[in-house]
Amino acid sequence: MKQDQTQDKVFNRRAAILAAGQLTVFAGLSARMYYLQVLEADRYRVLAEENRISLRLLPPPRGEILDRENRSLAVNVQTYRLVIVPEQAKNVSEMLTRLSQLVEVSAHDRRRVRREAKRRRAFVPITVRENLSWEEVSRIEVNAPDLPGITIDVAQSRHYPFRHTAAHILGYVAAVSEKELSGDPVLELPGFRIGKDGIERRYDLELRGRAGNTEVEVNALGRVIREINRQEGQPGLKISLTIDIELQKFIAKRVSHERRAAVVVMDTQNGEILGMVSRPGFDPNAFNKGMTVGEWKKLTSNPDRPLTNKAIAGQYAPGSVFKIVVAMAALEGGIRPNMSVECEGVLEYGNELFHCWRKDGHGHVDLLDAIRESCDVYFYELAQKLGIDRIAKMAVRMGLGEVLNLELPGERPGLIPTKKWKRKALRAAWLGGESLVNAIGQGYVLATPLQMAVMTARVVNGGYAVIPRLTKALDGEDGPAQKATDFPSLGISQRSLKLVRQALEEVVNNPVGGTAYRARITEPAWQMGGKTGTSQVRRITLQEREVGLRKNAERPWRERDHALFVGYAPVSSPRYACAVVVEHGGGGAKAAAPIARDVLRETQRLDPSGTRPKKLARKET
Amino acid sequence: MIRSSLTNPDMRLGEKLWQINWTMVFLIVAVAFIGFAMLYSAAKGSFDPWASRQMVRFVAGLFLMFVIAMMDIRFWMRHAYFIYATGLALLGAVELAGSVGMGAQRWLEFGVLRIQPSEMMKIAVILALARHFHALTIEDVGRPLYLLVPLFITLAPVALVLRQPDLGTAVMIVLGAGAMFFIAGVRVWKFVVVLVLGLASVPVIWNFLHTYQRKRILTFLNPESDPLGAGYHILQSKIALGSGSIFGKGFINGSQSHLEFLPERHTDFIFTMLAEEFGLVGGVMVLLLYSFLLIYGLAIALRSRNQFGRLLAMGLTTNLFLYVFANVAMVMGVIPVVGVPLPLISYGGTAMISILIGFGLVMNVYVHRDVRIGRHWSETGV
Repeated sequence: MKQDQTQDKVFNRRAAILAAGQLTVFAGLSARMYYLQVLEADRYRVLAEENRISLRLLPPPRGEILDRENRSLAVNVQTYRLVIVPEQAKNVSEMLTRLSQLVEVSAHDRRRVRREAKRRRAFVPITVRENLSWEEVSRIEVNAPDLPGITIDVAQSRHYPFRHTAAHILGYVAAVSEKELSGDPVLELPGFRIGKDGIERRYDLELRGRAGNTEVEVNALGRVIREINRQEGQPGLKISLTIDIELQKFIAKRVSHERRAAVVVMDTQNGEILGMVSRPGFDPNAFNKGMTVGEWKKLTSNPDRPLTNKAIAGQYAPGSVFKIVVAMAALEGGIRPNMSVECEGVLEYGNELFHCWRKDGHGHVDLLDAIRESCDVYFYELAQKLGIDRIAKMAVRMGLGEVLNLELPGERPGLIPTKKWKRKALRAAWLGGESLVNAIGQGYVLATPLQMAVMTARVVNGGYAVIPRLTKALDGEDGPAQKATDFPSLGISQRSLKLVRQALEEVVNNPVGGTAYRARITEPAWQMGGKTGTSQVRRITLQEREVGLRKNAERPWRERDHALFVGYAPVSSPRYACAVVVEHGGGGAKAAAPIARDVLRETQRLDPSGTRPKKLARKET
Repeated sequence: MIRSSLTNPDMRLGEKLWQINWTMVFLIVAVAFIGFAMLYSAAKGSFDPWASRQMVRFVAGLFLMFVIAMMDIRFWMRHAYFIYATGLALLGAVELAGSVGMGAQRWLEFGVLRIQPSEMMKIAVILALARHFHALTIEDVGRPLYLLVPLFITLAPVALVLRQPDLGTAVMIVLGAGAMFFIAGVRVWKFVVVLVLGLASVPVIWNFLHTYQRKRILTFLNPESDPLGAGYHILQSKIALGSGSIFGKGFINGSQSHLEFLPERHTDFIFTMLAEEFGLVGGVMVLLLYSFLLIYGLAIALRSRNQFGRLLAMGLTTNLFLYVFANVAMVMGVIPVVGVPLPLISYGGTAMISILIGFGLVMNVYVHRDVRIGRHWSETGV
C-alpha cells in the first residue's frame, strides 16, 4: 500500500510538471505569435501586399492625326494575333497541327511555340502568329468550338491610310530604343511605339497620352484573380493638321516621276501649310510592322535620302528666285525702279567676267524688265550698289537664313552670307565679286523650299511676317483664326511690294520675255505670279563657255541644274504661295514652273482656305 | 464483447452517460466547429469539398468516441497488447503494400477506406505502455531490466515509421513514450543519459537521413536561403501569419491563403490561415481551447484511481499536446516542416478519427475513475 502511495505521489508530481511544461510551451508559442503578428506585422503586411498585388499598365490609345477637313491621316487599327493557352489546349502539338490546316503556321513558329509551352507556366498565352488577315480571323472563329485554348488577341497598331503621301509630315512610330527610355513606365511595355519623326515625334507626348493602370490581385502562380483598382489613363490628343490631304495627294502624284523634288504650298495670310511633299518618300506603315535590317539599310543608304524631308531640310542655292530679295532690298534702299542697265550678256568686275544667263544679253533693262526676264547683269549692278550686308538684311526679314520653327524635327536654317559670317566661318575677307554671285542666288546663299514659300507669301500678303504652321487644332480645339495683319509688318513700303508683285505677275503672264509664260494659268480668275530659278550645281568653266553651254538634257543627271520656282495665286488677291524645287531638273521655267502651275491651280480648285463659298469650290472639277 | 463490456455490472449505461465529462465534449465540439469554419473559408466560402465531409467524419468520430468512453476500462487494458500488435502488423503491411502518398508510404487501402496506421500507432503505443507500467511497482520501474520491454514497445513502431520514412511521426512517438516513462517514475538521470547519447549520435543519424529530410532541417535553420524552393512554405506561412496582425483580415479574407500563396491551407497550414483571418486574437483563442483540453486531461489523470487510467489519460493528453505543438510551431517557423495536422481542425479522416479515439479513451478513464484495478491479472478478477 505504501508503495502505491509513493507511486501516486510521483505520478501526481510528474504529471503536474509535464502539464505545466506543456502549458508553458503553449505560452511560448503565443509569444512567438505575438512577435510575428504584432512586432513584425508591418514588415509582413508589406510582403503580403507585394505578394498579392501586381500593378499593370494600360497603354493609352495614341491620338489620331487628321487633316484640315478631319480626314484621318494616322489612326489606330486593330491587329489580330493568334494566341494559344497551353493549359486549355491540352495537347499543344496536336493543336498546332490542327491550326495549320486553317491558317498558315510556319514550321519555325510551331517549333517556337512548342519550346515556349514547355518553358512557361501553362496558363500564360503564347503568340502563335501576328497580323492575321480578317479572312484568317474568321476562319479561326468559325472553328472556335474545335479549338479550345486558341484565342484571337486584339492589339492596337498605328496605320497611315495614305501611306507615302504625307509620310514626311506625319513621320512614323517605331519601337522604343534603349536611349529613349525616359522613366515613363509605359515606354517599357512590350510592343509600345513612339513617334520617331515628323508630327509623330514633335507631338509625341501629346499624342501618347497618359497610361492608366490596373491593380490586380494575383496568386502565387501569377494568375490574375480579380481587378482591385483601375485608373483610366488619358488617351492621346487628337491633332488636326493644316494639310489638305486631297491637295497633298495631288502634289505627290504630280511629282511622282521626279527623282528628287520638294513642294510646299501655304496660305499667305495665316501661314498654314496646305501641302508639303518631298520626293522620294517612304511608307511609314513599314516601320510599325518592324523592318528587317536589310529594308532599313536600303532606306538609309539610298542616295536620294527618302527619309529626309527636303521641303524643310533640303538647302538649295535659290538661284534667280533670290532676285526677289535683292530687288526688294534695292527698292527699299532708295534705288529707283526706272534705273536702267545695258545688258550685253557679260559684266566685267575686277579682273573677272560675270555672265548673264542670256549669252547675247538683254539690252536695255529696268528693274521690272530685269525681274521678268531674270537679267543677271542688272542684279550684278544692284549688288555692287547695295553690298552683301544690305541684301542679307532684307533676306532675313523675308524669312531666309533662319529656321522658321515649323512643327517638324529636322528643319534646316539655310544660309544667308554676310561679311561677318565669312570672316567667322571661312576666316577670309569678303570679295566684291562674291556679292555679285550671291545676288543671283548662287555662291554661298542657301534656302529651303519652305523658306522660299514663306518669302513669297511675305511679299504678296502685304509685307507681313507670316510664320508657317502645320497644326490647326489640338484635340479638336482650333486656335484663333489668323490673318496676315495679325503678324508683325516687315516695314516694307507698299510701293516696293506692289512693284515686285507686278514684276512677278509679268514673269508668268507677260508673253514678251516672261520667263515662265509657258507655265501660266490660263483661267483668268486663277492666274498666278512667280519667279523662276535655276541653280548651278557646278561651276561652269571658261572652256565650256567658249564651246557653248551644253543643254541640261545633254548633261549627266548629276550635273544638271536644280530647277526652282516660287509662285502665288491668284494674282488679284494672292492667297496661296508655293515653292517647287526639282533637283537636277534643269531650267526652273521648264521643270519647276509647270509643277507650280498645276499645284496652284489644284489648290485654288480645292480652295482649302475657303476664299470662295464652299459649295462652289467643290463643284468644279 | 463490446455489448458485454457496455453492460458492465459496475454501472448501467445511463449512469455512464451521466458520468461523461460534458464540458470536455463541449470543448471538443467547439474546436471542431472552428475547424469547419476554416475549411469553409479555405474553399472560398463553400462547404464543398472539405467542410461538409469533415462534418460527417466528425459526427462519426464523436459517436465512436462515446462508444469507446463507455466501454469498460478493463476491456481496453486487457486488449492493449492485442491492439498494439495489430497496429504494428498494419504498420508492417504498409511497408509491404502501402501506396505511396506525398512522397512517403503512409497509407493503407481497404477498399474505399484508407488508413494511416502510423496515426493509430501513437495511441496503441500509449495503451501498451500504460498497461505495462500499470503492472510495475515504483521499485520495479527503477530496475533497468524492466525497462527493456517498454523500450521495445516504443522502438519497434519507431523503426517501422522511420522506414516509410516519416521523421515527424517517429519523433512524436518517441516523445509521447518518453512522457509515459517520465510519469511512470523512471529516474531523471536515465533521461539525461539517453539525451546525451542521443545528441552524440546526431552525426550518425544525419548520415541515415534522406536528402529531403536533411533539406527540411537545413531550410528550417535558414528559410530565407531558398525563398522559392523548400523555404517557400515557411516563408509564405510567416507572411500570412504576420500580415494577419492583431485582429486578422476577416473571415474568408485571408489574401495569402486564398491566392494560393499558402500551400496545404486546408490541412497542415490551416492554423496559418486561421491566424491570418482572425489574427493574434483568433490564434491565441484556439491555443487557449487546447490548453483547457490539456488541463482537463491532467485533471482526469489525477482524479483516476487506477494507475492504467492515470497513465493512459496523461499519455493521450501529451499526445494531443504534441500534435498541437508540432503543427503550430511548424507553421510559425519554430521547428522544421514535419507534416503534422492540427487536431480536430485540419482536414483529414484518419487524424480526426484517431484524435477522437484518443479523447474517447481519456473520457473512458474519467467515466471509470473510481474503478480499482489490481496490479496483476488475478487481482482484477476478470
